[in-house]
Amino acid sequence: MDHQRRIRTTGRASVGVRIFSVFNYIFVTLIALTCLLPMVNLLAISFSSSSAVSTGQVSFWPVDFTLESYSFMAGKPEFFASMKISVLRILLAVPLSMIVSVLAAYPLSRQNHEFGARKYYVWIFIVPMMFYGGLIPSYMVVRNTGLIDSIWALVLPCSINVFNIILLMNFFRSIPKELEEAAAVDGAGHFRILLQVVLPVSTPVLATVLLFFIVNHWNSWFDGLIYMNSPSKYPLQTYLQTQVVNRALMALEAMRDIRRMGNISDRTGKAAQIFLAAVPVLAVYPFLQKYFTTGIVMGSVKG
Amino acid sequence: MKKMKRNLPLHIMLLSALILMLIYNYLPLLGNIMAFQKFNPTKGFFRSEWVGLDNFRYVFAMPDTLQVVWNTFFIAVMKLIMGIIVPVIVALLLNEMRCIRYKRALQTIVYFPHFLSWVILAGIMVDVLSPSRGIIGKAFTALGLEAPFLLGDANLFPFTMVFTETWKEFGFGTIVYLAALTGIDPTLYEAAGIDGAGRWKQTLNITIPCIMPIVMLMTILAMGNVLNAGFDQIFNLYSPQVYATGDILDTLVYRIGMEDAQYGVATAVGLFKSVVSFLMLSLSYGLAYKYTDYRVF
Repeated sequence: MDHQRRIRTTGRASVGVRIFSVFNYIFVTLIALTCLLPMVNLLAISFSSSSAVSTGQVSFWPVDFTLESYSFMAGKPEFFASMKISVLRILLAVPLSMIVSVLAAYPLSRQNHEFGARKYYVWIFIVPMMFYGGLIPSYMVVRNTGLIDSIWALVLPCSINVFNIILLMNFFRSIPKELEEAAAVDGAGHFRILLQVVLPVSTPVLATVLLFFIVNHWNSWFDGLIYMNSPSKYPLQTYLQTQVVNRALMALEAMRDIRRMGNISDRTGKAAQIFLAAVPVLAVYPFLQKYFTTGIVMGSVKG
Repeated sequence: MKKMKRNLPLHIMLLSALILMLIYNYLPLLGNIMAFQKFNPTKGFFRSEWVGLDNFRYVFAMPDTLQVVWNTFFIAVMKLIMGIIVPVIVALLLNEMRCIRYKRALQTIVYFPHFLSWVILAGIMVDVLSPSRGIIGKAFTALGLEAPFLLGDANLFPFTMVFTETWKEFGFGTIVYLAALTGIDPTLYEAAGIDGAGRWKQTLNITIPCIMPIVMLMTILAMGNVLNAGFDQIFNLYSPQVYATGDILDTLVYRIGMEDAQYGVATAVGLFKSVVSFLMLSLSYGLAYKYTDYRVF
């Protein structure tokens, strides 16, 4: 990589190339900013006064700085109750999903000649990827297994993600065989090889899959909407969907008279709630992101 | 025999995943028999009345069905095309950056929207895309033009969906291409440089041909999604005034099944979608295997 860079920059850096470079930096920076600014705008709104927001003065910096919207939220116990449900869900689901996925990925990462039954098992994992059972049948299964209104309805049905298992499997395959063979010669069984040889060198892919599971569970809202009958059992994103987003859409629907929307005074409160719901993702992302490109790339390239 | 004993733990390891899949992935497959029943939850799968293909006839006799299939296909295909072109271009541009730290920082930023849910993004976008308060609306007003109603105008809605989805996912999509770009053999550039090829020529004759195989592969694999128009996004952003162009199969299934409780009919719509998707996926995996030796497992 270093080599490549040196060769390419020592080539004639013509005026054309320099101009292109400058524009390239500016252009890609602007694109990247579009990914960031909506969050900044949201944060600015949540710290501004309602009047400043409704007169459209707020863009990327708070106007009339106030914590009003956050103290308004303190008076909304439903918000925190639903947040608790989301946290509980993650505490139950993520360890379960991680364990089940790792345990499935390891046997699938063996070679066919070594583990003959692999070729049959693989099909069991491929079929659900190719053929989705459908919303209504999935709902009926959850309903008939008695999970409606239970936290387990948010944990069990989505505990298997074949894509994540494939990531793990491919990574496990890329581990040098010599390591495992040495352990096998020493008499280690598969469980010990997995625990003592494979897992310790698999940090990037484990971090990647962990990030995906946490974010998926935190972000899921639809299962809460259909599996929970009472809103008091909604996880946070479902609460937001029904209380904040859907309301705004209803308002959108009711009006061709566009200007009325501008007067909705709880925009700052809404922004605060949306922002707080994104905070956990913001918080885990920087820690795990340094792993996930390696994890994804190693996991999706065949060994 | 010895091998079997040694491999026993492997079977045990798979057990938990198999049980969970059996219940939550395979039972729903069987549940699709509801599509051929006048399904009544109190009677269950075994005592509900069988109606043959009536549910399918009913679905295709509904005036909106063909429109919904078309909406789904149109939005999904537009997203697939944009979802390949934009990440490839951005990856190429990022690849031209010589300041590695700055490039990394930009990558971190563009990956981020992928990790936000459509609930959160919809909450933000209802504001950003509003004609009166949104930045786009304000720009139009400043130019003295009438601001477009991006979420409320049925003619614009599908394009709004394609654009916002592309915005959310393009960064994440660059990962694969950036990996392919770093994998290009540097001696190729070296040789081209000696032959007097400039940066532009090098990009055209080395970089692009080298990532074409992965671009082709991603295109083929994307074919399986021709009916996945993005339920999460559309459900959170649509409203009855844009049903004409914005209603898709998944939202239709939800409204028929979960809101109107016509389980049999909704299952029939879902089954139609699953079958078409299955055929497209088989085709795409088949092609990918044949031409690029790609295997899922």
